[in-house]
Amino acid sequence: MTDLSLEHNAVPPSAAPVPTWRSRLAFVQGHIFRRNLVWLLMASPALLWIIIFKYITLFGTWIAFTDYKVRRGVFGSEFVGLDNFRFLFATDTALRATRNTILLNLLFIAAGVVFSLLIAWLLFEVYSSKRTKYYQTMLLLPRFISWVVVSYFVFALLATDNGLINTFLRGAGLQPVAWYASPQYWPFILMLVSLWAGVGISSLIYLSGMLAIDTQLYDAARVDGANKWQQFRNITFPMILPLVVINLLLSMAYIMNSDFGLFFQVTRNSAALYPTTDVLDTYIYRALISTKDVSMAAAAQFYQSIVGFALVITFNWIVRRIERKDEPLSLF
Amino acid sequence: MPTYSQQVQQRKRQDTDYFLGWLGRNLVHLILLILSLLALVPLLLILSASFTDEIALTRNGYGLLPSQFSTAAYELIFRDPSVIVRSYMVTISVTALGTAIAVLLMSMLAYALSRSEFVLRKPLSFLVFFTMLFNGGIVPYYVLMTQYLRVQDTMFALLLPYFVVAFYVLILRTYFTTLPQDLIDAARVDGAGEFRIYWSIALPLAKPALATIALFTALNYWNDWTTSLYFIRDSQLYPLQYLLYILQSNISAVQQTGAGNIPAAEIPAQTTRMAMAVLATGPAAVFFLFFQRYLVRGVTLGAFK
Repeated sequence: MTDLSLEHNAVPPSAAPVPTWRSRLAFVQGHIFRRNLVWLLMASPALLWIIIFKYITLFGTWIAFTDYKVRRGVFGSEFVGLDNFRFLFATDTALRATRNTILLNLLFIAAGVVFSLLIAWLLFEVYSSKRTKYYQTMLLLPRFISWVVVSYFVFALLATDNGLINTFLRGAGLQPVAWYASPQYWPFILMLVSLWAGVGISSLIYLSGMLAIDTQLYDAARVDGANKWQQFRNITFPMILPLVVINLLLSMAYIMNSDFGLFFQVTRNSAALYPTTDVLDTYIYRALISTKDVSMAAAAQFYQSIVGFALVITFNWIVRRIERKDEPLSLF
Repeated sequence: MPTYSQQVQQRKRQDTDYFLGWLGRNLVHLILLILSLLALVPLLLILSASFTDEIALTRNGYGLLPSQFSTAAYELIFRDPSVIVRSYMVTISVTALGTAIAVLLMSMLAYALSRSEFVLRKPLSFLVFFTMLFNGGIVPYYVLMTQYLRVQDTMFALLLPYFVVAFYVLILRTYFTTLPQDLIDAARVDGAGEFRIYWSIALPLAKPALATIALFTALNYWNDWTTSLYFIRDSQLYPLQYLLYILQSNISAVQQTGAGNIPAAEIPAQTTRMAMAVLATGPAAVFFLFFQRYLVRGVTLGAFK
């Protein structure tokens, strides 16, 4: 050490090498610690938010195992074991909400994939036309509209006295329907509304997948005299099938969650419709806000979170098994 | 992998639809036209109802054209527009401030996580990412916000929810990793600090990704009404969408918009509601449509996986 430094010092200052690009870079790279510190500082505001709102809240799931009293706080409230869960599953409501959540989601996923594939295909076939841009813009419009406004026009369509649909029914000599009191129609109505809201944006995924297909495949098919349907069946569909499967599996992973606005606001929170429209998220809302039974809401929430977590892990595992290694599509 | 715009160019050069035939091509256009109209028509229903006479609306029902034209609903609202103006102010300030803060926080985090020399890169990425797999949900969040942070009935309640979205952070991180390292090294040689590099090099280069994330975040804030459902009771702080929610469920709230001294029976409740929906949605929808290409770009960035 001493020798080295002596030798180093022995070099006269006048002979010191002029700092080159490389030597200065090496010098700067020596400050790796300081750089890491700056990165950590830059990350910290967002990390702080994540820790407070995503990790500290995890302790809040403890509420599910207590008889929660606002005055006594989360950890001061009395521990009651699994009592909340016993109450939760004592009535049919939670099971009904689970059933509705899963069945409606399956319906939306199936209808969504069929219609977004269809629209993507139609847009793909006339992609070179100038008009296609306008179709795309119009189909994207619903993405900018909130569920509250959606509920306004759904009401204009379905109002019992003067809704557009009942006006048509009367005109055709049929009995008008009290839509907001007839739960049997709502799985279909909600499916249409969810298609209206989501299909424009989801068709874009498939459209961009189709645009990435090598056009030589179509040239070859054309030479062989394949018609449009044969081209779709033998080229387009097989080529985007992986994308479709991955999208399906990932939506399955989140099947316990639902869009609160659709189920709460579009149905106008009508109690008569609960048999087919009450989902876990609306159930939790009612327990939390209407009946103010925080422990019960927490129990339902914990049930939803834990089953959802298991499903995400399971379906991600499946995606990992089937994805191509050069094109990873799984979440993790 | 060609970029999206290259694909578009390639597709345009390749005249794919000449062999679809005249009939087939027009059929496809017809179907697409109908579907596009179906996306638009429900909104026209609201517009038409807002310009209909209240009594005619009750008698003849909703339609695509007003059965009896009237601007009474708008006249009522503009007699005292303070309610809707205040809600506009709340929504605009929350959206602008929230989006600015959110994009800043998320891009700083994403930039740090994109640096391969960052020793905490892996554990911190996992910390961010795990929130997508498991989270406590609304109940612990509600208790935290109301019992511990006590932000109910403040702007904070409206601002806090969308500051960090894990998925957007991942999109941004991926984008930042594609930035040329040479450029960053060159900046270091010139003596730029890490924050300076992020601010003057990484951010300008990441503009397309930032615009997409900003649009998503702005839409989250603009269309948010559930946050108010949980945390806002003070009518001074009603955002636009929540005001519409209140109007739909509460007829007396309609009376308070416009002149308060009109007897309840004479208020054109149905048409006033619809007019409020038009005023609250129309300008914003048109504004957002100008930015729709960023939404389309979001798809190619993997935003809708």
